[in-house]
Amino acid sequence: MDFTLSDEQMMFAETARTLFADSCTPDHWRKMMEAGAAHDDARWASIVETGLSLMLLPESAGGIDLSEIDFTLIAQEAGYVALPEPLVESAGVAAPMLAALAPGHAALADPLATIAIAHPINPFVANADSAAAILLEKEGEAYLVTPDQVTLTAQASIDPFRRLFRVEWDAANATPLGKADWDLALDRAALFNAAMGLGLAQRAVDLAVDYAKERQQFGKPIGSYQAVKHHLASAQVAIEFARPVVMAAAAEIGHRDMQARARVSHAKIVALEAADKAARASIQVHGAMGYSWEVDAHLFLKRALALSRNWGTPAFHRARIAQRLFTQPNGPEQTFARESKNA
Amino acid sequence: MDLTYTPEQQAFRAEARAWLEAHVPTATLEHFDATREGFEAHRAWEKTLKSGDWGMLTWPVEYGGRGLDLIQWLIFEEEYYRAGAPGRVNQNGIFLLGPTLIEYGTHAQKQRFLPSMASGKEIWAQAWSEPQAGSDLAGVRATCVADGEDYILNGHKIWSSRAVFADWAFGLFRTPGTERHKGMSLIFFPLDAPGVTVNAIKKINGHVGFAEIFLENVRVPAFNRLGDEGQGWHICMATAGFERGLMLRSPARYQVAAAKLAALWQAHKETADPALEADVVRAHMNAEAYALNIYQTASRLMAGAKIGPEASTNKIFWSELDIHLTQTALSILGPVAELTQDAPDANPVDWIDDHIFALAGPIYAGSNEIQRNIIAERMLGLPR
Ligand SMILES: Cc1cc2nc3c(=O)[nH]c(=O)nc-3n(C[C@H](O)[C@H](O)[C@H](O)COP(=O)(O)OP(=O)(O)OC[C@H]3O[C@@H](n4cnc5c(N)ncnc54)[C@H](O)[C@@H]3O)c2cc1C
Repeated sequence: MDFTLSDEQMMFAETARTLFADSCTPDHWRKMMEAGAAHDDARWASIVETGLSLMLLPESAGGIDLSEIDFTLIAQEAGYVALPEPLVESAGVAAPMLAALAPGHAALADPLATIAIAHPINPFVANADSAAAILLEKEGEAYLVTPDQVTLTAQASIDPFRRLFRVEWDAANATPLGKADWDLALDRAALFNAAMGLGLAQRAVDLAVDYAKERQQFGKPIGSYQAVKHHLASAQVAIEFARPVVMAAAAEIGHRDMQARARVSHAKIVALEAADKAARASIQVHGAMGYSWEVDAHLFLKRALALSRNWGTPAFHRARIAQRLFTQPNGPEQTFARESKNA
Repeated sequence: MDLTYTPEQQAFRAEARAWLEAHVPTATLEHFDATREGFEAHRAWEKTLKSGDWGMLTWPVEYGGRGLDLIQWLIFEEEYYRAGAPGRVNQNGIFLLGPTLIEYGTHAQKQRFLPSMASGKEIWAQAWSEPQAGSDLAGVRATCVADGEDYILNGHKIWSSRAVFADWAFGLFRTPGTERHKGMSLIFFPLDAPGVTVNAIKKINGHVGFAEIFLENVRVPAFNRLGDEGQGWHICMATAGFERGLMLRSPARYQVAAAKLAALWQAHKETADPALEADVVRAHMNAEAYALNIYQTASRLMAGAKIGPEASTNKIFWSELDIHLTQTALSILGPVAELTQDAPDANPVDWIDDHIFALAGPIYAGSNEIQRNIIAERMLGLPR
């Protein structure tokens, strides 16, 4: 039993943190927003160069074969900067699925290419237009298409960096890839979205802390007032108790059993609740500034709003936890127990 | 990261389970705060625990412990709550003062106090609060004046849990003329020393769980001072770290309660409000999250980290989860919820008593408002 991260894992996360801190500041997003750009090609190139997009791919598909724990740390950093590029959905979910079905596929050969995924749990597909390929589902089977083989209808999201599409397609024009593991895709997406939620939450708190130290009212920094302190302390408590759930889910996801699924669902619910709570506290602490387009807090709120209801609503995930709770033995000695018969 | 138990840890769990199954009293003991008999029955249980070498797992062997690590402690706690073993009447000593003594005490002090604490021979009360110094503990007025090799203690302490029946107390006293955090010392005194008067105060549930303590020229040897004179505040904050951070509330307590709540829901779901299922699931999630957080903290401490201000987040989390959990049980029970255990139709699990006790969680061990201040100022760096 050891709940700590290795030095190597922390170093990888540190690398991502530095890369994102330099290349994905609020100024960068604002320029992208003004230009209506979905991707920053230079940033994506450096992400790819650092290996972050290759972490979950097996070596046979040109990857570096790391674990979900490693990628969870990266997803957290991506959340901290509200990264516009689809690192999590492409490198964390879609590309590993494609690699499992067709490791030699051309879409995997180009490291800069992104892959989109139309999972049956989501009505819309993110970043379908810019993807090199889109994975689609029909009766459990996976199909691959290029964006020009389907009809894409853009659906504007409240989050300016989420590019959503309704996809109409015909299996006759798609490449069949056989039975795919849609459950694994869902679990990974839920886990990494939870990790992004932790990052979003911490950023929202950090922004508010910085502001509360500077902004003065009644002759004192607003951060010296208890009501302000308590909003942020409560958000931090939510983060502190979501983080170990997310890390445990990352460590357990590979078991593919009912316990692991419940843990992933738990992580998804609480990390995105923390993000919502933190973002709302951040807006409140910023006052009217917080309600303005100028201040960055709203971007973290909007990403949290989107991710909370994607890849399974809270009700969907709660039902998976309930299934574990009401059909498996419970109690303290069951925290890390595995019921392999339920795998 | 490896979230599985080693074969040694599993063997340890099996050993603890077997011993507890053989030794946990079959009849529920009377509450230790209710009567002297209840208190003494719990003291006897501590002796039994000690006889099996299960009294204090994490302390060094030479001071009455077993020299085990925090993960083993957590496993033992899981088995302890699973077995429904009695509450620890000497928890102030073993979980709060003990670790502090191990860190700050001299060898002679450890030899004198720790083994008898571990065996339940001497049961300790915490005498920090005063009528004018609750949340603002730096406002303590009780005094200690050096007199040769001794200290003379004077003052008025209050809200001291279990002091009515306990043997010793550890208190905060100040050197006259000093102010606030400076000049406070942590000093031990026997509760039956000449000049000590202990008056019981009934808690909200009618038990004599609290006391106020009057000290009038109480003489104790300077040996009873932990750390240097004037270092009391610093040492108390270390104790409070143990209290909030880890030791006072091990996760198994809430996990067992959450499992009971799930069973209660399943027994009542045909008639109860369907919306309550979400609360039952939430209670389970909270108990699991607390356990994971504590396993994470234990792993970090074992890797050499120290408990910091994040300990304050634990206290808020467990106290709030406890209230939510018991409140959910009351909602499921409906009109039966208000019945006490004397009532013929009472539920076998005393949810109402648990709920009433849970309401104290946000108050003791430093109120949750104070914990939020600590988080904001020391974790987030907001100005005072
Ligand atoms: C069940 C129980 C057991 C206890 N056991 C012990 C024991 O064994 N030994 C011991 O020494 N003490 C014990 N206490 C006392 C406990 O530590 C104090 O009650 C606690 O520190 C609060 O102090 P107070 O009661 O004086 O409340 P006050 O300090 O008067 O506070 C009253 C209210 O005001 C709020 N408040 C106070 N200051 C601030 C502030 N700066 N900002 C925001 N809000 C504030 C508090 O949060 C609280 O809600 C126990 C208490 C309880 C309920």
